[in-house]
Amino acid sequence: MSEIRNYTMNFGPQHPAAHGVLRVIMEMDGEVIERCDPHIGLLHRGTEKLAESKPYNQSIGYMDRLDYVSMMCNEHAYVMAIENLLGVTAPIRAQYIRVMFDEITRILNHCMWLGAHGLDIGAMTVFLYCFREREDLMDCYEAVSGARMHATYYRPGGVYRDLPDSMPQYDKSDRFSDAETKQRNEDRSGSLLDFIEAFTERFPAYVDEYETLLSDNRIWKQRTVDIGIVTPERAKALGFTGPMLRGSGIEWDLRKKQPYEVYDQLDFDIPVGTNGDSYDRYLVRVEEMRQSNRIIKQCIEWLRNNPGPVMLDDHKLAPPSREDMKGDMESLIHHFKLFTEGYCVPAGEVYTAIEHPKGEFGIYLISDGANKPYRVKIRAPGYPHLAALNEMSKGHMLADMVAIIGTQDIVFGEIDR
Amino acid sequence: MTNADNTSSLQQLASLVGEIAGNAMTGHEISQNELTITVQREKIKEVCKGLRDQAGFEQLSDLCGVDYSDYGKEGGSSWPGDRYAVVYHLISYSNNNRLRVRTPVAESAMTIDSVIDVWAGADWFEREAFDLFGIIFQGHPDLRRILTDYGFIGHPFRKDFPLSGHVEMRYDEEQKRVIYQPVTIAPRTLVPRTIRKDVFGKSSKTETTESAETN
Repeated sequence: MSEIRNYTMNFGPQHPAAHGVLRVIMEMDGEVIERCDPHIGLLHRGTEKLAESKPYNQSIGYMDRLDYVSMMCNEHAYVMAIENLLGVTAPIRAQYIRVMFDEITRILNHCMWLGAHGLDIGAMTVFLYCFREREDLMDCYEAVSGARMHATYYRPGGVYRDLPDSMPQYDKSDRFSDAETKQRNEDRSGSLLDFIEAFTERFPAYVDEYETLLSDNRIWKQRTVDIGIVTPERAKALGFTGPMLRGSGIEWDLRKKQPYEVYDQLDFDIPVGTNGDSYDRYLVRVEEMRQSNRIIKQCIEWLRNNPGPVMLDDHKLAPPSREDMKGDMESLIHHFKLFTEGYCVPAGEVYTAIEHPKGEFGIYLISDGANKPYRVKIRAPGYPHLAALNEMSKGHMLADMVAIIGTQDIVFGEIDR
Repeated sequence: MTNADNTSSLQQLASLVGEIAGNAMTGHEISQNELTITVQREKIKEVCKGLRDQAGFEQLSDLCGVDYSDYGKEGGSSWPGDRYAVVYHLISYSNNNRLRVRTPVAESAMTIDSVIDVWAGADWFEREAFDLFGIIFQGHPDLRRILTDYGFIGHPFRKDFPLSGHVEMRYDEEQKRVIYQPVTIAPRTLVPRTIRKDVFGKSSKTETTESAETN
């Protein structure tokens, strides 16, 4: 009779399926996971402490670097928390722009998630397809902010600038003929809104492609169905939010239940799973991409017809235009004050949460009246999800660990902060 | 966003919560459309249990520590209570409301009961508050550091912990290994922390205090 022993196994922190720097110590009984202990903090930068040492606006850029695949959503929560404490509301056009970019970000995030999750459990093609779409969306980021990822586009009081009237175009290159270059630039000949609209026209067919590749795929279903089942009661107790909660059958979405910005004016549906397994969470996220596409279309329609300011006209909060500064003393003073000291936020505290692609992303902001936050606590959605890894993976096989990490949509920027 | 009748529903919630918490609740406040209650440290676990079972707060959204020692140091009013606090953010899916619970924790007795039995999601949040502030959660089965490095010393989110830390790590060519040494960079403040009495929206011609931040 052979001797059977339990093994302790180390997974990560440098592992392609660890989604960054996750280290998991697993206790194995043969190939079955008995217990696992995720070690996090390898990417801890102390964002909250850094934010305490800087004027409010200088931390917006740090928010991009939290969940670095859904940058603008992080900014949104932080900026909205400041706005709530200040008691200001962004102009309506800025709110539509924010909502549109939040949904673009959701598609960006879910494409990244689907690609990486697919790659982890053996579907290479879908990864390449998803990254093709991300490329277009990151061009949208670049068009409004100049940066493809870390945009710093949302500001307290609105957004940094209005949507541009033209899109950057591809140059002539040796690798493409003139006709091909012309074809590649076809969607880029109009404004940014035209470009996004063209994207929303073709995107549903792309999602169909993903689903053709995965939804009825036998291998995909074998790897995800009945893997990491979470009951609705446990999902609530464990602090799950977003698709992780909806996958377990709880119809909860902050965009519907506690609407912020203009979400109450828009028409969209909330997909909900039934079994709470990885496959349901996959279906929920895929449907969310379709719904985001719907929201973007509605925002484009509104933004085309309603020009207006995208930033509050209060120079205690928003910088004056360069043009004004050349001739107007007061504008110059405002600019100087804003960039050397910032603005003071009334003493108080606020918790502002948004429906981030991964779940509820909250900012708990305490101000003592200074030009820097007194305390910022970032409630990252992935943090309680990863904390439940032990419970979700117990009794599963080692290979399912990868599927469970994948289904949780883990990004270390936000978990380690 | 903000509804007009929200204040009255928050007041109703406050009275319900007051009944559940009894004299363990030492105060409540409604501002920014949010209800905050203050609960005595000794009673926190039973109050949380009551809030979950009787007021429908099924989920702990967030738990964090706060160090109030520098609050209002640049000329505002300083924090009236104990130095530390543990702040719980609760959410009810059935009633669609939120509640903030603040529990003051004095420097002399930095322990508080863990609420892990009430909400399983408290696990890592409590580990984090322990790691960053040194608050000890009694009854937590596995209270280890979580975010900081293996073998880290100190609690970095306390206000008396410098932003640049105490030690830095580098590879030593002679010893052929990674070593820790005292930090070599000098702390600096680019923008001093300032509190102006006349806040946003009003004229800011008069200033009250301006003190350079010491890091």
